[in-house]
Amino acid sequence: MIRKTVLNVTEALTGVKDSMTFMLGGFGLCGIPENAIAELVKLNIKGLTCISNNAGVDDFGLGLLLHKKQIKKMVSSYVGENDEFERQMLSGELDVELIPQGTLAERCRAAQGGSPAFYTPAGYGTEVAEGKETREFNGKMYVLEHAFEADFAFVKAWKGDEAGNLIFKGTARNFNPCMCGAAKITVAEVEELVPAGSLNPDEIHIPGIFVQRIFQGEHYEKRIEQRTVRTRE
Amino acid sequence: MLDKNGIAKRIAKELKDKYFVNLGIGIPTLVANYIPQGIEVEFQSENGVLGMGPFPFEGEEDADIINAGKQTITTMPGASFFDSAMSFSMIRGQHVDLTILGAMEVAENGDIANWKIPGKMVKGMGGAMDLVASAENIIVAMMHTNRAGESKLLKKCSLPLTGVGCVKKIVTNLGFLEVTDDGFKLLERAPGVSVEDIKNATKGNLIIEENIPEMILD
Repeated sequence: MIRKTVLNVTEALTGVKDSMTFMLGGFGLCGIPENAIAELVKLNIKGLTCISNNAGVDDFGLGLLLHKKQIKKMVSSYVGENDEFERQMLSGELDVELIPQGTLAERCRAAQGGSPAFYTPAGYGTEVAEGKETREFNGKMYVLEHAFEADFAFVKAWKGDEAGNLIFKGTARNFNPCMCGAAKITVAEVEELVPAGSLNPDEIHIPGIFVQRIFQGEHYEKRIEQRTVRTRE
Repeated sequence: MLDKNGIAKRIAKELKDKYFVNLGIGIPTLVANYIPQGIEVEFQSENGVLGMGPFPFEGEEDADIINAGKQTITTMPGASFFDSAMSFSMIRGQHVDLTILGAMEVAENGDIANWKIPGKMVKGMGGAMDLVASAENIIVAMMHTNRAGESKLLKKCSLPLTGVGCVKKIVTNLGFLEVTDDGFKLLERAPGVSVEDIKNATKGNLIIEENIPEMILD
């Protein structure tokens, strides 16, 4: 067994610096690496490029980094729930690259799997495809998109073991598995860190080879963005 | 004229047995409330769930189980969770049979715009570009005109496009239309709406053949 455990979030984030590119898992506030984000806020490093499907809300998730103006550029697919984000983007303080959600996921997976680029139909004929190579396959047009390059990937899983094997829960899975192994260093935080051998190898979602550092996360808030319920009859 | 629920009700009649369906945010979400009797459909949400169920009972919300609108949901028997890359493999690979989404503008050639108003509103395309570029079958659910009373069914979209030549059908508060090679073909009128009303509210080429029936909702 190759041990991936580190003591805490401080040790897990060793080596993060100004101007780096980070991938952050999560969809909305679901499955975000809350501990890593809190530590990045504390470290106050600046000029960051963040690849993340969303940009959090004003006072949680990546919104916390935006609020302190630590982010120079966001690469996302949907940023609708964050007023500060919209303000910084429209005023030109923040550089934003909006890309289709499936392209975002596939650019992570390409980086994870060693593919430099791939063709997708998403965005063909729109401003997303401007300046990009296009090509016809079987009568349909496709756009060439490239794998991401990132310094760190911060992901959150439900359970993990000392070997870095990960299991996700519900839709908190989202981009997290795609980002594992897609950056130079993948840092996984988990709700429950267990000894090697206690997870069933058949039930592992992400093998530990894709994870360099794993730690037991703390104080998960797991904020709900849209609490929707039905009433009992 | 239809309200949002009426639009959803009419679209629900387009669901077919064994369809996997992706519902966009807004009116499309309401379609799930009107699944016709006797058919089996499964709803996919691109954040990573197939077999989406209704909202949870109060007190049973789980922050880890949401839909693409970030709403708390439940799952149906037979449901599955997966990552974002696999989710879009389902979409781009055309395993999802029907996509229902909202729009700001639709052009008579099937172009759609729904993600950006330059200088004003930039929310992003989310999964919409992947969905419209891939799905064989796309139905748009929207109001016929915008808040300023201007038609959303145009000759050419004025806003940045989400996809080209992809919309097949449109259900609005005024009617049910099909996108053809020659423009918007009016198929049905909403209850209490005249052909003239629809003409007045449509800027793109509108094809009206004789006797446009009023739609039947129940």
